[in-house]
Amino acid sequence: MRRLLFSTPALLLATPALAADLDVTVQIPQLDVAEYHRPYTAVWIEREDHGVAAQLALWYAQKESKEGAGTKWLPELRQWWRRGGRDLQLPVDGVSGATRPAGEQHLKFVQGKAPLGALAPGKYTLVVEAAREAGGREVVRVPFEWPTTAHRELAAQGSTELGAVKLDLAP
Amino acid sequence: MILRTLTRGAFALVLALPLAAPAHKLWMLPSATNVAGPDPWVTVDAAASDGLFYPDHVPARLDWLTVTAPDGQTAKPENALTGKYRSTFDLHLTQPGTYKLALVNQGVFAGYEWNGEKKRWRGDAAALAGAIPAGAQHVEVSEMLNRVETFVTNGKPSDGAFKPSGKGLELVPVTRPTDLVAGEAASFRLLLDGKPAAGLKVIAIAGATRYRNAPEQQEATTGADGQFSLTWAHPGMYWISASTQDGKTSVKQARQRRLSYAATLEVLPE
Repeated sequence: MRRLLFSTPALLLATPALAADLDVTVQIPQLDVAEYHRPYTAVWIEREDHGVAAQLALWYAQKESKEGAGTKWLPELRQWWRRGGRDLQLPVDGVSGATRPAGEQHLKFVQGKAPLGALAPGKYTLVVEAAREAGGREVVRVPFEWPTTAHRELAAQGSTELGAVKLDLAP
Repeated sequence: MILRTLTRGAFALVLALPLAAPAHKLWMLPSATNVAGPDPWVTVDAAASDGLFYPDHVPARLDWLTVTAPDGQTAKPENALTGKYRSTFDLHLTQPGTYKLALVNQGVFAGYEWNGEKKRWRGDAAALAGAIPAGAQHVEVSEMLNRVETFVTNGKPSDGAFKPSGKGLELVPVTRPTDLVAGEAASFRLLLDGKPAAGLKVIAIAGATRYRNAPEQQEATTGADGQFSLTWAHPGMYWISASTQDGKTSVKQARQRRLSYAATLEVLPE
């Protein structure tokens, strides 16, 4: 796909200006359970010291209720909450949104643009955390180095609340 | 059997903590330690019991309760109730940050013999003079200051509620007490009258004692700076405690001052 795209004249012209990009695919598994709620999910990039380098996505119940727009349950995304989720003023444009259905969720991020921002060269981990009402919780981590000199496809596999998490890095 | 005998003096015993500390632990148990959303509440149980955290002995006295809000001011608990085995109250967390919930039991404890019978009395220092009959023998008076705490954070943790009073044993966080994770070391400092409490033994016991045979008690000792560190083996609610005594009494009849500190801490899975 990428090779094909790059061969088009328009993109070739644009290539020098194209910033490095980082594509994330999060698979939310189809679960055969009596009571299913879409998972609360957070996607972020962690530095080696576990500090947050970038908040990439946050999916939670948006519907207004007496208890608020689902923000009451955000601490259930325990690791995300502690590592920086609680520092956010929600909603965050381009980051927070409604919960997603089962299936592959594709996210694209570009170096220098929000929400990825200018990611300094270094070692990082892509972290995806999911927690589901009446269900479980899971964290999947994909370590990577940034920037990359060649196109790289990295992945890790969840076992319960998350399926495959793929990270495609382009120079 | 010891338990059964102790039960008779149930309320008195709790009042006499830390004398009764080896058998009965005074604790608070919050329904959550990290909350969020526009209108967060927690509900808290408070009781004294042997097993943790099962209210099966006596309820805690809620007139000992002080809630310190993140801004350092006192917050008011709601829906307080004292039942047979436990007290309970709700806390509406109207401010962002960390709240400190404390049961502080301060007073005088006296033991004496009168007409050949052993008697015990506890109460405020001011009432001591009138409480012990003239002619009482073997009068032993101790001052006590016991503190039992737990912590709840609304959103981002804060330090405003941790300003020490400078009286008795107090905990100052190094690691935030609502940010504890299994397998990670957590450090705190113990202060005695506002100064580092060095060389104190601190014990930590995981809750859910009913479902295991081993006591699973961990120990740590405070350093010169009052600091100690614990690594939590698994997630759950833990009860930590330390006690000491000295001769720094403020009541002239008292020869001894007994001090204790205990807290309930929640440890989450990684």
